[in-house]
Amino acid sequence: MAEPPAIISVQGVSKRFGGITAVDRVSLDIRQNEFFALLGPSGCGKTTLLRMLAGFETPDEGGVLIDGQDMTDVPPNRRPVNMVFQSYAVFPHMSVFDNVAYGLRVANTPSGEIGERVHEALAMVRLSEQAERKPDQLSGGQRQRVALARALVKRPKVLLLDEPLSALDAKLREAMQLELVRLQHTVGITFIIVTHDQHEALSMANRIAVMEAGQVRQVDGPAQLYEFPGSRFVADFIGKMNLFPARVVDRKGTELMVEVEGLGRLTLPGQAPHLGGPCGVEVPVGQDVGIAVRPEKVHIHSDGVPDGRIALRGRVSEVAYFGDASHVYLRLDSGQVISANIRNETRTSDPSVRAGEVLWCSWDPKDTLILDR
Amino acid sequence: MDSWRKNPLVFWVLNLSPSAWLIAFFIVPLALVWVLSFGEKRGLLDVAITGTLDNYARALQPLYLEIFWKSIWMAAAATLVCLIAGYPVAFAIAFAPNRWKPYLLLALMVPFWINILIRTYALIAVFRTRGYVNFTLEWIWDQAHSLLAFLGLGGYELIGARFVPLELLYNNFAVSLGIVYAFFPFMVLPLYANIEKLDRSYMEASLDLGAGHWRTFFSVVFPLTWHGALSGVIIVFIPALGAFFIPDLLGGTDSQLIGNVIERQFKAANDWPFGAALSFLLMYATFGALALRAIVAGRKQGLEV
Repeated sequence: MAEPPAIISVQGVSKRFGGITAVDRVSLDIRQNEFFALLGPSGCGKTTLLRMLAGFETPDEGGVLIDGQDMTDVPPNRRPVNMVFQSYAVFPHMSVFDNVAYGLRVANTPSGEIGERVHEALAMVRLSEQAERKPDQLSGGQRQRVALARALVKRPKVLLLDEPLSALDAKLREAMQLELVRLQHTVGITFIIVTHDQHEALSMANRIAVMEAGQVRQVDGPAQLYEFPGSRFVADFIGKMNLFPARVVDRKGTELMVEVEGLGRLTLPGQAPHLGGPCGVEVPVGQDVGIAVRPEKVHIHSDGVPDGRIALRGRVSEVAYFGDASHVYLRLDSGQVISANIRNETRTSDPSVRAGEVLWCSWDPKDTLILDR
Repeated sequence: MDSWRKNPLVFWVLNLSPSAWLIAFFIVPLALVWVLSFGEKRGLLDVAITGTLDNYARALQPLYLEIFWKSIWMAAAATLVCLIAGYPVAFAIAFAPNRWKPYLLLALMVPFWINILIRTYALIAVFRTRGYVNFTLEWIWDQAHSLLAFLGLGGYELIGARFVPLELLYNNFAVSLGIVYAFFPFMVLPLYANIEKLDRSYMEASLDLGAGHWRTFFSVVFPLTWHGALSGVIIVFIPALGAFFIPDLLGGTDSQLIGNVIERQFKAANDWPFGAALSFLLMYATFGALALRAIVAGRKQGLEV
């Protein structure tokens, strides 16, 4: 299958503010019709990168191509991209209709066409009824949809979204996530979203770039990123992770023997390098590594542990109840704490899983990740 | 927080001194002047309060109405200049790097530490026939003259045979400029406060949607900061309307503003009742402007001054 062409090509872009390097030699290709997420903790440079795509910041080094055209000397008002701002920036002195029409009026679009396109855009975000309202008569979610309509009515090649859901409450946020995905399918253009919320990125994006300290750490699809993180940072940032320091002591075929601090020796299937992970089968003996397992891959047993699983014994130190699931924290004999997520599949949960009880936990060796230390 | 309101004693004690101050130094003198405006001059120091309206009738004669009108016109022109020049300055300060802002604001405020009279006299040194502006112009003329001579064009007197200094002082231009200079910071500060508060993303959104900088200013920035502009206009226009020593020092014989006329009644002409009547007419005009502003601002509810 041929790769779709890159609509945006970021080539070795750096940006410094004073002495701080906000974006550090980032190169990325974002494909046509992709829902792409820039994910990272605050201050990782993701918003600066987005603003460089919009033209509000100029790269100190490198350049940006949009649809094959160099954007270095192109000001924001001449770029074929539009942005949805974190604060929405819906003009408070204009009605919803005028807000959406603004970009078309600026471009001297004939008024008949303006009316048509604005109504079409408002229908798309389900705001047709509110066209004559002023922004202060709208809810946060509605204001955001005005911002979306205002950007989409310009028919940009790429829509940029800067933390678009961060100001919404949890329920609305979930609804808007679905709405954005639906919208992207409808308009069929590239969406680039900046977010610090991993769930948001995982649930919406086709591909995610994880950023840290101005650099892109990994670019992959959501499942790949979650199940095969390429580094300890990515593993830790996306989802929860039980991490143990370890050292490779031996290798037999594709199997690795690791000495895990406090847990003893484990035999793990070596990961193929193409599945991510800097270690894989090529990890030299003697290398310090981290081994990791996701809490939902860890099972809890009150008695026998099935064969072929890595099993550890510990005392329950805490159970955090979340309704659909519970997070169980087990203090191992070595003093380390491991967390396991159990689903509350029935209304009466296992009475033995409560603080103070001694239980077993186990996981499949195949679910173990080998990461950098 | 509002417990002090519930305790009447505290309320009265706290409000006593400012109220006393206002009454003693504002309401009472104002009332005296108001009463005086219905009086008749009887002697050098003697004024009889007779309830006459003659002073007002006299103040509304065409001669004085003309001066009123001219004062309003001059103050309005100066205010407009302040507004047009104020926006870029306020923008420059609001968009300056944070560590520069206090210094830029200070630069704007420092002249206020010097008496306005002294600053106005300084303007004379700048604008008089042998002042700094003309010195500079003369220097430029000299350079141009030498250049033309060097190019062999000296004989044609393209820029005149000799430098003629500009008459910048003692006319309406000088008065307007003096008023602009004196009250400019009053325009910049409210504008700055409003622009500083303005969410930058409104401007970015406008640019993002394809608007240029002018379009962004007139369609987005101005509509969102006009109440700051209005505050600036009011606090520049009102003192500009009453200015008297600026036209006195910088104006020519035809630059008399209503402030000068009022001053003269209280001093040289020693006609306090007439001066009082003129003062109150000026004040009513000012109230009218304020009321207009309140009505306009009242349409937009919830906007602060």
